[in-house]
Amino acid sequence: MLNYFFHSQLALGIAECAASGLLALAVLLLARNRAPGLLKELPLAELRGIVQIVAVGAILAFMLRGPQWTSLFVLTAMMLAAATIVCKRARQIPHAFALALTSICIGAGLILAIMIVLGVIPLKITMLVPVGSMIIANTMNTQSLFLDRLRAEVTSHVGEIESSLALGATTDTALLFYLRSALRASLIPSIDNIRSLGIVWIPGIMAGMVLSGASPLFAALYQFVVLATIFSAAALTCFVSSHLVTRRLFSAHDQLLLCA
Amino acid sequence: MPSPVSRSLLGDVHFELERGEVLGVVGPSGSGKSTLLRLLNRLDEPTSGAVHLQGVDTRMLAPRELRRRIGMVMQRAYLFPGTVAENVAFGPKQWGRNLSESEIEALLAQVDLAGFASRDALTLSGGEAQRVAITRALANEPEVLLLDEPTSALDENTRRSVEVLLESLIRQRHLTCVWVTHSLEQARTMANKILSISSGRVTAYGSTAEVLRA
Repeated sequence: MLNYFFHSQLALGIAECAASGLLALAVLLLARNRAPGLLKELPLAELRGIVQIVAVGAILAFMLRGPQWTSLFVLTAMMLAAATIVCKRARQIPHAFALALTSICIGAGLILAIMIVLGVIPLKITMLVPVGSMIIANTMNTQSLFLDRLRAEVTSHVGEIESSLALGATTDTALLFYLRSALRASLIPSIDNIRSLGIVWIPGIMAGMVLSGASPLFAALYQFVVLATIFSAAALTCFVSSHLVTRRLFSAHDQLLLCA
Repeated sequence: MPSPVSRSLLGDVHFELERGEVLGVVGPSGSGKSTLLRLLNRLDEPTSGAVHLQGVDTRMLAPRELRRRIGMVMQRAYLFPGTVAENVAFGPKQWGRNLSESEIEALLAQVDLAGFASRDALTLSGGEAQRVAITRALANEPEVLLLDEPTSALDENTRRSVEVLLESLIRQRHLTCVWVTHSLEQARTMANKILSISSGRVTAYGSTAEVLRA
């Protein structure tokens, strides 16, 4: 219906954005009694999201005409932004920004580098930036879930953790059960994404590749590659994070710093 | 104490204990009794002052070694998920010592929980759980036992039975104890010495008879 009113691609795009944004607002408006806070948050989040994604689109359009290595700057900026967002979720954890950035750089950076060396992700801006951003965004989400869950586990089990310490356990042993629980909870959505691939959802990359004329079979295989890569990066980020976080939750004298 | 609020939680506390003595620490809620215990096994760090264990400044000991030698039983049992036997064996396992089934059974028998080894620790009653927590602390063979109101979460009958049990274990093992309680009656029954604290300051210290007579 919208293309009846809007004829240029840009005008149609803006109209579609407005329609989808208003639809999200309308849904929250219907459920305003159940989620009053979200109704206030959503307009700002939508505005922020649209500005950010349009800015990225403009940068990509500019970069496509420049050298390939500029994509590294974009990916670095994305990692910094991701670490900042994770840090906000994990405020109670001392030095959360350094923890988040190190974990994302190692997790997302290493897995991206391996896939580039293997030739799975071509060293082209048009591939590297979108695929890299998906990987970084997922490491961000998974790490936020992990640190948030870990904080909740630790603050609600201070007694058990201090009982372990009081019995002579190392900080690693005292925290192990809660680290495992947080790791599992944070990685379940990524595993479910892989498990439900094709049955519950057909992700964007496959849809895009098919629309641009690639063989559906190749597009399907490549989609699996992307999801498996995303999982590897997210899991590695959380593993690194789980190693780094123990030092930050305890003092040098094995005293728990994070309390309820 | 490291705290976002810059105020002293505990100050000017001085006491000495001989082996086998029981110090009852009494005072109102929030007076600093539990903080005192946490400083003794270094779950918290003092801003000043020192704790000596057999003449050695505890800051010279690795925290894990210190905590093996100074056991602690908290208000709640805080048992770990798993069996009773796994809970009892936890402390020694940290030192690479695996308790045998018979050793675990013998320890449990001391607290009247013979046959409980394979039970799920998280399904025990309050009194049973606290007995397992006591056994778990004693499995490390500590020289000093810190008791942070170990009976305050128990009903009257269970409280009395745990008191009797602790009294006999302390005597048998010749344990040095610091027993935090809000009950003067409990302190009178269990302790040789009493340290009374109010708002983080010592209001009385001496033998049980002296302090309670004053």
